[in-house]
Amino acid sequence: MTLHKVAIPILGEEIVPRFDLTTEVIILTTAKFSDIQDKKIIVLPRSSSDELCHTLLAQEINTLICGAIEDEYYEFLKWKKIKVFDGVSGTWPHAFERWRTQTLNPGDILFTRMVEGNLI
Amino acid sequence: MHFFPEIHQLMRSPLDFAHILDEIPIGIILMDKDLRVVHLNRFFQALTGFSLDMARGIPCKNILRSSACIINCPILAAHRKNRSISCTSDIINTDRQKLPVRITTAQIMDNQGHFTGYMETIEDLRSTTTNDPEKNVAYSFANIIGRSRKMEMIFQTLPMLAQSDASILITGETGTGKDLVAEAVHQTSVRAGGPFIKINCGALPATLLESEIFGHMKGAFTGAVENKPGRFKLAHNGTIFLTEIGDLPLPLQVKLLTFLDDRIIYPLGATKGFNANVRIIAATHRDLEEMVSIGKFRKDLLFRLNVARVHLPPLRERDADIRLLLDHFLHHYTKKQGKKINGFSEPALSVLLNYTYEGNIRELKNIMEYAVNVAQGIRIEADNLPTYILEHEPMQRVPNIPVAKDVPKRQSERPPSPAPWQPEETEQTWSSVQRQMIMDALKTSRGKRNEAAQILGMSRSTLWRKIKAYQIE
Repeated sequence: MTLHKVAIPILGEEIVPRFDLTTEVIILTTAKFSDIQDKKIIVLPRSSSDELCHTLLAQEINTLICGAIEDEYYEFLKWKKIKVFDGVSGTWPHAFERWRTQTLNPGDILFTRMVEGNLI
Repeated sequence: MHFFPEIHQLMRSPLDFAHILDEIPIGIILMDKDLRVVHLNRFFQALTGFSLDMARGIPCKNILRSSACIINCPILAAHRKNRSISCTSDIINTDRQKLPVRITTAQIMDNQGHFTGYMETIEDLRSTTTNDPEKNVAYSFANIIGRSRKMEMIFQTLPMLAQSDASILITGETGTGKDLVAEAVHQTSVRAGGPFIKINCGALPATLLESEIFGHMKGAFTGAVENKPGRFKLAHNGTIFLTEIGDLPLPLQVKLLTFLDDRIIYPLGATKGFNANVRIIAATHRDLEEMVSIGKFRKDLLFRLNVARVHLPPLRERDADIRLLLDHFLHHYTKKQGKKINGFSEPALSVLLNYTYEGNIRELKNIMEYAVNVAQGIRIEADNLPTYILEHEPMQRVPNIPVAKDVPKRQSERPPSPAPWQPEETEQTWSSVQRQMIMDALKTSRGKRNEAAQILGMSRSTLWRKIKAYQIE
C-alpha cells in the first residue's frame, strides 16, 4: 500500500494565510485518499519559504495545501512534483477532508461566511 | 446576496456608498467587529484579485494576506491604542505576486458614536519602491538599464510615451524585458496611482479569456455563479497590459477593437456597458505583420495598438550593455544573498562576454544567479558558471567584445532594422536548434529531466528554465 503525505502550513487550527510566514506545518500520512495513519507537527525555527520548501522535500511530501504562495515557490514545488493546492483558507481538518474526498480545489475558501455575527 | 450600502442624510437623497468607494484610487476594505469582510472597493479587488462575492464574510487576513496580518495585525494594534495606525507591509495577490503596500487602519463609528467595525486602506507602493537606490543607476529608465545606442534611444522615448495616453505596442524577443517596460511606463505615467493589470493572452483558453478580460454577469453561462467585473473594469483609471497579444483569438480581437473604438466594455450577459478609462499596452514576441498577412491577426487592431511602438533589441544587439548587466546582476545577487564577491576572473569574464544569450536578459540573469550561488571566493570563476555555457561554441558575434572601460564602441552595433520587431534569422535558427536539442534529449531520456540535463550538459534548473522558456510540455 502506497502512503501519501499531505503537508498543511498551519496557524493554530487554521491554514496560515501566507506560505512564507509559516512556522508550523502539519504532516498527515495516509493511504491515498483514506483515513489519517500518522500525524505530526513540525515547528520551524523561523519563517522562510526556502527553508519550508527544503523541509517539504526532506519530508518527501506529495501534496501541499496552503494559503498564498509566491509564484517562484509554487513553480518550484510543482517542478519537484508536489501537488500544490494554494490559496486555500479555512481550518486544516476541513481542507484535509475536502482533499480526501477529492473535492478540494486551489483557491477554495472553506470558512463559514458571516457578517456581524449572522450567516450570509 | 447582493446588497447596496447607502449613506443617508449626507445629502438630500441617499448616496450609493459602494460607488463612492469605487472611485477612490486606493484599496479599501471594510470589516465588522469580528474582522470579517463586509465590503471591498474596486481598487482593492484589482490589487488582490479577490472579488466582493469571494471575500464577503471571510476573516480579513485570508483576503488581504499581508505579512502585517500575521506578524502584528494592524487592526488589533489600532484597537488597543484607540487610534489609526499606518504601516508598510506586503501582500500576495491571487496571481501569486508579492506586492509592497502601505496599510492604514481606522475604526468605524455609527451615528451614535458606537464602534461598529474597521476600515483599512491599502496603498500600492510599487511605484515608490522603484526609487530604490540600487535601481537609480546611470543609463537607466525606471528599472531598465543599458547604455547601448539602441537603449539610449528607448530611454529618450519612454518618458514621452509615459506622459501621453496613447496605446503602446512593445515588441521584442523573449527575455528582453517587455513586461518591465510596460510596468515602467505605467509607473511613470499620470496613471501611476491607478491599477496596473496584466493579462497573459496566451495563458488562458479563449472561453475563459473573454470572461477574464471583459467580465460576466451571474448566469451568463453555465458556471457563472457570481458577477465578475473583468480586468478592464478593474483597471479603470489605470493601465491594462496585454502580453502575448499575438495569441489573442480572433473573436476577442474584434471585441478588443470595439472597446478601443468606443471605450465601453460589455461583460458577457450584460445589457449595460461600462465606460472604462483604461490605457492599453500590448506586447508580443511574434511578428504581427506576418500574422496579419496570414490572417491570424486583424490589421485594424494592429493599427489601433501600434499608435506608439517600442522595440526592445535582443542582447546580441546590445553588446555594450552585457558588461553593465553582468555587473548589475552580480551586485544584485551578492547583496541579496549576503555574499562578498567583487567581480569576475578573466576567464569567467571572457566566457560571459562571448556567450550568445539566446534567452536574452532573462538568461543572463539566471546565469548570474547561479554563479553567485555557486561561487565560494571573492570572484566569479569560470567553473562557477553553468556547464552548458562553458561548452558553448560562440555564435557569429562580433569578436573582442569591449569590457566596461571601453564600452562605447558603437560601431559593433547594427543600425536599426526597418522592421524592428522581426526576429533575426540566426536567432530563430539557434532557438529552434536548442529547442530541438532539448526535445531530443528528453526523448532519449524518456522524459527524465535529470538524464536529459546530463545529456545536454546543463544543470536541472537551467533545463527547467529552458523548458519553460521554449514552452516544451
